[in-house]
Amino acid sequence: MSAVPASHIDSRRLELIGIALVAVLILILLPLVLDIFRLNLVGKYLTYAFVAIGLVLCWGQTGILSLGQGLFFGLGGYCMAAFLKLEASSVANTKIQSTPGIPDFMDWNQLTALPYFWLPFKSLPLALIAVIAVPTALAFIVGAALFKRRVGGVYFAIITQALAAVLTILIVGQQGYTGGINGITDLRTLLGWDIRTDGAKYILYFVCCGLLLGTMFLARFVLASKLGRILVATRDKEDRVRFSGYDVANYKIFIFCLASAMAGVGGAMFTLQVGFMSPSFVGIVPSIDMVIFCAVGGRNSIVGAVFGTLLVNWCKTLFSEQFPELWLFAMGGLFIAVVVAFPRGIAGVVTDQIIPKLPKLGFWKDSDRGGHPTPAPAPAE
Amino acid sequence: MASNTDFLLALEAVSVSFDGFKAVNDLNLYIDYGELRVIIGPNGAGKTTVLDLICGRTRVSEGSIKFKDQEITGCKEQEIVRRGIGRKFQTPTIYEDLTVFENLELSLPRGRDVAGALFWKRTGEVIERVREIAAMIYLDGQLDRPAETLSHGQKQWLEIGMLLIQDPELLMLDEPVAGMSVSERKKTAELLNAIIKNRSVIVIEHDMKFVESIAHRVTVLHQGKVLAEGDMQSVQNNPKVKEVYLGH
Repeated sequence: MSAVPASHIDSRRLELIGIALVAVLILILLPLVLDIFRLNLVGKYLTYAFVAIGLVLCWGQTGILSLGQGLFFGLGGYCMAAFLKLEASSVANTKIQSTPGIPDFMDWNQLTALPYFWLPFKSLPLALIAVIAVPTALAFIVGAALFKRRVGGVYFAIITQALAAVLTILIVGQQGYTGGINGITDLRTLLGWDIRTDGAKYILYFVCCGLLLGTMFLARFVLASKLGRILVATRDKEDRVRFSGYDVANYKIFIFCLASAMAGVGGAMFTLQVGFMSPSFVGIVPSIDMVIFCAVGGRNSIVGAVFGTLLVNWCKTLFSEQFPELWLFAMGGLFIAVVVAFPRGIAGVVTDQIIPKLPKLGFWKDSDRGGHPTPAPAPAE
Repeated sequence: MASNTDFLLALEAVSVSFDGFKAVNDLNLYIDYGELRVIIGPNGAGKTTVLDLICGRTRVSEGSIKFKDQEITGCKEQEIVRRGIGRKFQTPTIYEDLTVFENLELSLPRGRDVAGALFWKRTGEVIERVREIAAMIYLDGQLDRPAETLSHGQKQWLEIGMLLIQDPELLMLDEPVAGMSVSERKKTAELLNAIIKNRSVIVIEHDMKFVESIAHRVTVLHQGKVLAEGDMQSVQNNPKVKEVYLGH
């Protein structure tokens, strides 16, 4: 008898195959069939997948539902945007302003000097560190404050949602410091490299894909470790974990910080590929959208989260191009349908319905389980 | 404050009240090294509350609880566990989504911080220890089974095993044979008699036959106070105990 349960080996191998499928889809298939406009859209969707993977970790595995992941996505995005904006606001570019050398929205709001908290964003390394450090630090503060006091479940969800609303209101209200409701726009170059050209968009798309695959492997490593099993145990029987000598709060803080760091990286890639950042990607609605992406894909599956994000967003683009006013109803309906009919999302359908039928269909022999599976449906093709 | 004693666990003048109701009232309870103590009493006598107080799940309102002469009131649950007190709950509290092996592995008292858990290695020593405990709790053939598929009695044993692997000096079991079949009860009594070596055990139980088969000393709780204490014989013959509990 092996110490590792057989079923786990199978699902681990399946996951690896799933990641390979994601890689083939986003690195080869989509770039071959889509023009750069569409590919750039896919790149934008993939930035949400970073958030969805984080939600698999903290919601699916640990049972902590955060309805405020847009907050961390936005913070990562704003950190990146701050750097790009400062580079775009060189004295030469802004000489018509009353104070040249500061971002245009600051000038419009009668600021005459760069606020101190904008100073670190003059440096790319500092800005890149901030992309991860700022969301992580905020998640740590929120997590420590709530989990140490054993706030969980619905209360945690409501508080995170409130925080997402707070940040949105703060950004909109502090126009001179943040760009307000318009966000930070007119981003042009990264260290002199024009990010608006088609060539740059291709490169950024592939960077995004690489980071996403890295994030998937990181999430996979965490879930496969003993820590991953402690998270599942916490979801099942939190008291038992505590009475086995673990400080449950520390584990929750860790996974919440990790999920938020992932969201931050996604936000930064969003800013780079889309070319701006605004409060409409920070608040409650995008935060809930991201939970839906994760639920549709399967909240327990890293691969499912990525496919779910691609599928919902692809539907969103398709639908809203045809019937703009109906999209929100369709999205609501989709969420209800998933919760009622497929509680484990696309990933659940694939592992429970499709894969068990494959041997019968003659795709591979039972003795060869998991060896040469057919591709799972790739919804975004 | 409470005096230092030679006992493993000493509860002195402990009270706890919930909204004015005193669930435990001025309780004194001493547990010796190597003792198996059974606590009995009618429903609502405060038995489970006493265990909750010892393991830190409920805070004492007044009084002192000392474990190995160190005050543990105010410690967090996980700190109390790390000092050597293990607690089994009334209903089987195991991780249903994990296998028997993983349930036991997580209960090993090692790699308890975040980094330790993240870089945990399943060494031969770990596997060895898990198997050793699994054999004790009659689950050595079930290591790969998801815990949710175990029978009720097996779940109870698994939880006992999860405590044993922690090697606590004091083990507290809340109704370990509730819902078990007759043969399972017999095996559980054997198990308890086997694990008592090198540790103390507190058992809450209703089943008097089972109590007779394991008890060294019996404490009868009634309305949050000790009504009687002594060996099984003297407790059974105590007229006060007969009136409130055994007579029913």
